[in-house]
Amino acid sequence: MKVVYTDVLVIGGGLAGLRMAIGARARGHDAIILSLVPAKRSHSAAAQGGMQASLGNVIKGQGDNEDVHFEDTVRGSDWGADQQVVRMFVNTAPKAVRELAAWGVPWSRVRQGDREVIINGQKVTITERGEAHGLVAQRDFGGTKKWRTCYVSDGTGHAMLFAVGDQATARGVPVHERKEAVALIHDGSRCYGAVVRDLITGELIAYVAKATAMATGGAGRIYRVTTNAVICEGIGAALALETGVATLGNMEAVQFHPTGIFPAGILVTEGCRGDGGLLRDASGLRFMPDYEPERKELASRDVVSRRMEEHIRKGNAAKSRFGEHLWLDITLLGRKHIEHNLREVKEICQYFLGIDPAEKWIAVRPAQHYTMGGIRTNHTGQSPTLRGLFAAGEAACWDMHGFNRLGGNSVAETVVAGMIVGEFIADFCESPEGELNIPTALIREAMEAERAKLDVLLHGGGTEHADALKIEMQQTMTDKVGIFRTGADLEEAVHRLQGLLVRSRNIGLRHRADGPNPELVTAYRTQKMLKVALCVALGALTRTESRGAHFREDYPARDDAAWLRRTLASWKDPAGTLPGLAYEPLDVRSMELPPGWRGYGAKNYVDHPDTPGRAEEVASLRERMKDRDRHEVQTALMPYDHLLPERFRGRNERIDEKLP
Amino acid sequence: MTDPVQTTAAPRKLRFHVMRHDPQDPASVPNFEVFELEEAAGMTLFIALNEIREKLDPSLAFDFVCRAGICGSCGMVINGRPGLACRTLTQDLPADITLAPLPVFELIADLSVNTGKWMRGMSERIETWVHSLEKDLDLRRIEAKMAPDLADRIYELDRCIECGCCVAACGTARMREDFIGAVGLNKIARFALDPRDSRTDEDFYELIGNDDGVFGCMTLLGCHDVCPKSLPLQTQIAFLRRKMARIGLG
Repeated sequence: MKVVYTDVLVIGGGLAGLRMAIGARARGHDAIILSLVPAKRSHSAAAQGGMQASLGNVIKGQGDNEDVHFEDTVRGSDWGADQQVVRMFVNTAPKAVRELAAWGVPWSRVRQGDREVIINGQKVTITERGEAHGLVAQRDFGGTKKWRTCYVSDGTGHAMLFAVGDQATARGVPVHERKEAVALIHDGSRCYGAVVRDLITGELIAYVAKATAMATGGAGRIYRVTTNAVICEGIGAALALETGVATLGNMEAVQFHPTGIFPAGILVTEGCRGDGGLLRDASGLRFMPDYEPERKELASRDVVSRRMEEHIRKGNAAKSRFGEHLWLDITLLGRKHIEHNLREVKEICQYFLGIDPAEKWIAVRPAQHYTMGGIRTNHTGQSPTLRGLFAAGEAACWDMHGFNRLGGNSVAETVVAGMIVGEFIADFCESPEGELNIPTALIREAMEAERAKLDVLLHGGGTEHADALKIEMQQTMTDKVGIFRTGADLEEAVHRLQGLLVRSRNIGLRHRADGPNPELVTAYRTQKMLKVALCVALGALTRTESRGAHFREDYPARDDAAWLRRTLASWKDPAGTLPGLAYEPLDVRSMELPPGWRGYGAKNYVDHPDTPGRAEEVASLRERMKDRDRHEVQTALMPYDHLLPERFRGRNERIDEKLP
Repeated sequence: MTDPVQTTAAPRKLRFHVMRHDPQDPASVPNFEVFELEEAAGMTLFIALNEIREKLDPSLAFDFVCRAGICGSCGMVINGRPGLACRTLTQDLPADITLAPLPVFELIADLSVNTGKWMRGMSERIETWVHSLEKDLDLRRIEAKMAPDLADRIYELDRCIECGCCVAACGTARMREDFIGAVGLNKIARFALDPRDSRTDEDFYELIGNDDGVFGCMTLLGCHDVCPKSLPLQTQIAFLRRKMARIGLG
């Protein structure tokens, strides 16, 4: 039996995983990263448009700060987010940009003087300040009051991933590539690492660690039409779920991005609209202002995607041989801007649509994009139910996005959570709790259990084909658990998925090699993905309200009285076909920003009984402290500084907010 | 605005000649296997290879991740030329399509090669990261300024996705196992341009002033021709060679 011991086992080599490992390493702990693919090929690279951080360098970002970023994020989440975690995030995001700047990310920079931009379809001249010249620039994104999204042309995630990946190499953090965790090793209360399959040789290896950190990204591939990379299959979430102890939070909260190119579903960045691009219908009409007069194309993603589908339903779609779609028009931005700031978009249009976006409109339709839910953790990134298990980034639900994530907050979360959780992992390793006392029998049993499962797939004589089951699952999710949901559709989805799960226990393989065997990989992953899909579908069926990206046509109101609570899914019976659902309430009385209207989208919600009282409390406190510094007011409303690791506390300097 | 003109001609039958080999299986002999598919509108090699795997042979090994031309996983030799499979449309190819794994890199199986291992080795040898003198950066403070044009120029070189196409198209890489390739030379050019990296030209000479580095290049420039990101490799290599030669001679 091959066993590898380390202090910190990080599963996933994207930005969150790399940054956690670097953090733990800096504190003197050994860390190993497992990755399905070379780390620099992780899906973090696909983040194009940028990362939100309230630096306020550009003139349209002047006046931006943590308070504005906080409010935008909470409104974006439709009040589903943990507001203390949002505070931790917005205060660390500027530090993350600055750390990355020092590590070599070639952030696009502010150029002083006049420049022409497109705002609301009009050419406008804005003047950048001399003192901002050479500082990190920001662009506009959906659901934000200020221009806050820091960017590297439209290859932000790529540049960040390469800089952080290079830092991991520099610090000697090993990345064990083409290795896949297939089960977590645990005793029902403490996680000890993972059973890992070598994707080249097929060998099973036990990785035993003081702390195990999941950074496996989202679960987009449970859908047929998704912007996600093919490795984003929700396996990390499934591994946590299969412990029967760790839980998944808010899995029904699934984001659909407005501009997947049609029909391939490949993403073109929100930066297209942030920079002034417009959505048009078959007749060429710019339709968003009629639906969303406040923010138009730049309302939050859930709202824009819904409006697009609504407009298609009304018969306004353009039609192609693949079906119905709408248009994204960036021609008005001009060739120079496109070739400079939207080059990946230009390449994608050229290679996948055969068009030049400086000349022609881009066929788009909303596509699955982001998993707001994930492995439930507390603010330190640790599972509250399975000690020693941590999670960060899209794989986690700590929970800063609630029911809808803002564009630019995802790639920001990867590094910010990586920084914060990396410190807490180091704390854990240094604490008595971090001590590793594991019976070797536990490792052996975990290894034997996984070996037995693989043997059944390889030699059990099953008759179902994994590929077919997977496609049926994906189609069910796209057809029945999409942007507009109904009780009847969701019931059917749950029923179908249960049937598929049962059939997946009878998968047989045509190709029986134990080494590089893509069919075997599809087989065991499909079994896991079906469980994750069931958490999404059952969570959506049970939540009889509409919040953020979760929209029920039969329950169109956001119902704070009944549903201001987080779904927790668990899977206790391995032979069962449904997750168990429990709910954890959000405490209105401690919220800095009590629930209300988001400022865009439908004004349709039922108040929580505590909301009026808390709203009055907050208003009167603000009134009483109106002459005080904004930080003092914030602390009085909802203290959070004590929750941050010490080294990431402290105010952020800006041109207009100098530090002493 | 209307949809592109639709063609009504019967779809082509495509014949994929795919190199098959499992180096772990002692009985395996490299060979080309032929798969036939009916062409579909907008079909890429990503779509075609997955269809082959789903319908014809579940054992076929290949690598895709982003399938959008940005992650660099799917480099392979397509009708004799290294390129990214995910964004290659079959409509741009003849009906007979030959696919082979990228040479130089360790073969995992069929079309799957271990570019990650090669890139990490190269990266460690020539230290492809910002070497900063500044320790304990105060993250609360405003970031250091950088000229906007310089940031753009660094990004231009930073766009490399380490797909390995340049290495597969390189004559020297076939002969010299440790040659860092255009990918490595481009990285050095990138860090040499970056004021945040404290290394001097002399430091870079230590890393690449030899036949595994800039003097190994025979100026065939296959790298430049095949780079999927159209990086200015020809200019960068010429520039580096002049700079390193001056140091070598001086």
